[in-house]
Amino acid sequence: MRLFDRVSHRSNIAGRSILAGIAGSAVLALAACSQPGGDAKPSAPAAAAETALPDSTSAARVRLMTASQYANVIADVFGADIKPGKPLGPLTRTDGLVASGASKVGVTSSDMMKLQRAASAVATQVVDNGNLAQEIPSHRDSLVPCKPKDPAASDDACATKFIAQTGRLLYRRPLADDLLSAYVAKAKKAADDNKDFYAGLTGVLEGMLVDPNVLMITDIAEADPKHAGQKRLDAYSVASRLSFFLWNTVPDDTLLKMAQSGELLTPKGRAKAVDMMLASPKLENGVRAFFDDMFAFDDFDNLSKDGAVYPIVTGAALKDAREQTLRTVADHLVTRRGDYRDLFTTKHTFMSPALAAIYQVPTRPGWTPYDFPETSPRQGILTHISFLAVHSHPARSSATLRGKALRELFLCQKVPAPPANVDFSALEDPTSPFRTARDRVNFHLQNPVCAGCHKITDPMGLALENFDGGGQYRDNEKGVAIDASGNLDGASFKDVTGLSKALRDHSQVPRCLVRRVYSYGTGGPLTNDSNDQIDALTKVFASSGYRVPDLMRAIALSDAFIRVSDAEVPKATASAAASPAVAAH
Amino acid sequence: MNNFLESLTRRRLLRGMLAGSAVSVGLPLLDIFLNGNGNALADGSPMPIRFGTWGWGLGMSEKIFKPKQYGASWELPEEIESLKPVQKHLNLYTGFNGFRDAAPNLCHTTGWVILRSGAAPLSGNDKPNETIDVTVAKKIGTTTRFPMLTMSATGDPRDTQSYESASLINTSEGSALGLYTTVFGPDFQDPNAKEFKPNPKIMVRQSVISSVMDNTKKLEQMVGAEDKQRIDQYFTGLRDLEKQFERQLTKPEPREACVAPKPLRGDIATGVDYELVNKRHQTMTDILVMAMACDQTRVFNMLYSKSFASTTKPDYEKPHHTASHEEPIDQALGYQPMVSWFLRRAFENWAYFVGAFAKVKEGDGTLLDNMAIYASTDQSFAKIHSIEGLPMFSAGRAGGKLKTGLHIDGQGTTGCRLGYTLMQAIGLDIPHWGNQSNQTNKPIAEMVV
Repeated sequence: MRLFDRVSHRSNIAGRSILAGIAGSAVLALAACSQPGGDAKPSAPAAAAETALPDSTSAARVRLMTASQYANVIADVFGADIKPGKPLGPLTRTDGLVASGASKVGVTSSDMMKLQRAASAVATQVVDNGNLAQEIPSHRDSLVPCKPKDPAASDDACATKFIAQTGRLLYRRPLADDLLSAYVAKAKKAADDNKDFYAGLTGVLEGMLVDPNVLMITDIAEADPKHAGQKRLDAYSVASRLSFFLWNTVPDDTLLKMAQSGELLTPKGRAKAVDMMLASPKLENGVRAFFDDMFAFDDFDNLSKDGAVYPIVTGAALKDAREQTLRTVADHLVTRRGDYRDLFTTKHTFMSPALAAIYQVPTRPGWTPYDFPETSPRQGILTHISFLAVHSHPARSSATLRGKALRELFLCQKVPAPPANVDFSALEDPTSPFRTARDRVNFHLQNPVCAGCHKITDPMGLALENFDGGGQYRDNEKGVAIDASGNLDGASFKDVTGLSKALRDHSQVPRCLVRRVYSYGTGGPLTNDSNDQIDALTKVFASSGYRVPDLMRAIALSDAFIRVSDAEVPKATASAAASPAVAAH
Repeated sequence: MNNFLESLTRRRLLRGMLAGSAVSVGLPLLDIFLNGNGNALADGSPMPIRFGTWGWGLGMSEKIFKPKQYGASWELPEEIESLKPVQKHLNLYTGFNGFRDAAPNLCHTTGWVILRSGAAPLSGNDKPNETIDVTVAKKIGTTTRFPMLTMSATGDPRDTQSYESASLINTSEGSALGLYTTVFGPDFQDPNAKEFKPNPKIMVRQSVISSVMDNTKKLEQMVGAEDKQRIDQYFTGLRDLEKQFERQLTKPEPREACVAPKPLRGDIATGVDYELVNKRHQTMTDILVMAMACDQTRVFNMLYSKSFASTTKPDYEKPHHTASHEEPIDQALGYQPMVSWFLRRAFENWAYFVGAFAKVKEGDGTLLDNMAIYASTDQSFAKIHSIEGLPMFSAGRAGGKLKTGLHIDGQGTTGCRLGYTLMQAIGLDIPHWGNQSNQTNKPIAEMVV
């Protein structure tokens, strides 16, 4: 369904639990309670999150939509059968997230031309008249809310209705009167010149889809009545920030109405909106989008394996590998409201036929839930094909790449780049004794220049050596039994099961997630002023039992989510429709 | 191998046109396209000069790459013997350096950034200056439908060596089908079509874009200083789009060699197996050649392999980059055999690239004669990340301004001299190019006519 969100009637414990406790107790007093997969009790609410967290602000930002956001916007505004194309290329990953890079990146002229071509294709689809003979439905019948008096002439009333309604969703606020008038005039001229009412709509829609007010998610500020001399986001900017954070798409009609009425700027109103959004099926889209970004799954877009070495690790299997992990994440964190840390140890996942062949488990049609046996070395997302295959070479595994990814993705640590002048020839010398990855890694450790970094990455990467570069299990390499023992920051283990547990229990795992979610929610990299906020949110996260929806709620209801710093405050002007005036609360 | 261009001579083109019913252009064609001497367009304006870059990763195997002779008579060593068919069309440059001064040696980054921008980056995210293609496009890319086209045979849009600044990266087109659709999709206007009728859709776009630009200016007033710059850049993009619309509403000049390629049936599979990369590179090359012949753009960037070249070979477990560090030098041969195997594939593709432009007739010469192509890499000896003696090529004569067929010794001077020389040859009036030790105002005299 387009335009209006359908609130799910399926069991959604997150929303109920939060709603149940709006009047409830202080966040920092929360206790972990529910268990994954069990009859989850509502966790205590985070209603006071905004007061429990430090008095803080975030930066007002201008973010270019990501490719997935653009696709979601087109699908949500016009319907899933409108093909969006891929006009937005990959963004530069910044501070661990593509989403953070979106606040720094610009649009080149080449990008603009791609955006225009996509806009043209979308607009053409939206107003097409279908083809009965080819069973292609007419989109204009459902997407244009009125019929012109004469389809071969302009009709200002109908054009105004379409442009105003569609524009409100795309711009995420009502169109300013002067812009609406300009667009209607352009539609009229195009319709009259071409003797085609829909030619006018097509042209205007194309234009809207290349407008930076649509494609750049802009934080607009206004005076904060609660803090004299300071600024907060206007109601529509709050709606957008919430929506792209929790749903990875535009605000729906309900949220826009709450912005229009000013309700969204009241603590109760914001809590009501956030709880509505957490209870929506769209939350799963939002959570998937966040973890797809945090896990750097954009690397899958161009991933391939050597077919001669890994014949069953095909492109289709790799696509499924990405989906498997995202399904596991969404199921564990949203549906089951599980402890985030248990993602690294859970035996529960989902299986597709292509993956079943690689995991060497029974095949069933389609996607089906699957639990790895207790005796299986597979547990947690580190042992998913996704992590193992992405962080490997095309034809062999890499303890170093895997260790580096583990530190950077899950612990938010930065592994330095290798030095320039290093000779690794001994690794492949035919007379060398190196037969296993451990032998090769030990060679690195003999060289003091190499050892500094390899000590950071390799001890945990080696624990994953029971899985080859395609993610397939093996117990030996070139006939030598694999030694998968290792160490992660003082926690020793003898195999991958121990590594998974060590990571699950690592003190930096929750804090790293908080850093990433906070950056993602507020639209950009952390600043030096963010530390207190991260500390407090990490405590909130722990108190909630490491429930990610609760963390998202706490962030969404925090002061810093809507208060913006003066240093980067955009000022509202007459060109945008003003937010409703709201009295101090 | 795609043979689309193999037989695309002017004579054949004329025959094809005469035989076809879709095109009804009367003879003599040269009168339509060119002046009486065949060295300028019919309206008397000179043949357009085009500029492009070609990039490959991981340098060379010096022992079997660097010719022993300099000047016009030089023998192709083993690693580049595939260049024989196009040797007369190109120059090879050895002995040129990239100077990093106080900047660190950023593995696989410092070298290409110096050669493309004239400055050494201070960090992996640093993007000093703007790359040469951007500078050139501002001069000669203003009259065509696309200011420039950027593509990568790796298939990954992130693989690019073109940027305007750290926040304005020109991502690559990684899909051959995407490149075809971009250039020869629905908005392509055949410059040789008998009749020209302005596309009413484009007229509508032109009308609406002015409102979008007005709205963009308003947004610019609402954001902070840093974001204002980004919105201003966005506005520039809209203005370029508006110019594109204007050009599409103007009857294009006929182009002698322009024949739109047949639509691709599908795209090339994802992956960096060398055969896939070859196929992607050659298909993209064929499309690009016609994009130039049809004057859809005059500036391009083609990347065969990125600086951390990840090209793979079936049954060999290491991609090119890994092999460059881990494969020992064969003491008998004096080089790394598998690394050289990967490099030879790159140079075969360079030969294909140059040859593809050389096959297209234009006036009394070829398309390549009116081009300057700049080919560069990231390292000289990748095994140790050396940027001393960075190998480079150029191809084309820039409308008669440049000599070809030479092997030129840089004698330890900055490699930025080549970029500087090429920019001068195509008409950029710049007193010098590059920063610090890479700054130069000395063209490479041996190649200048």
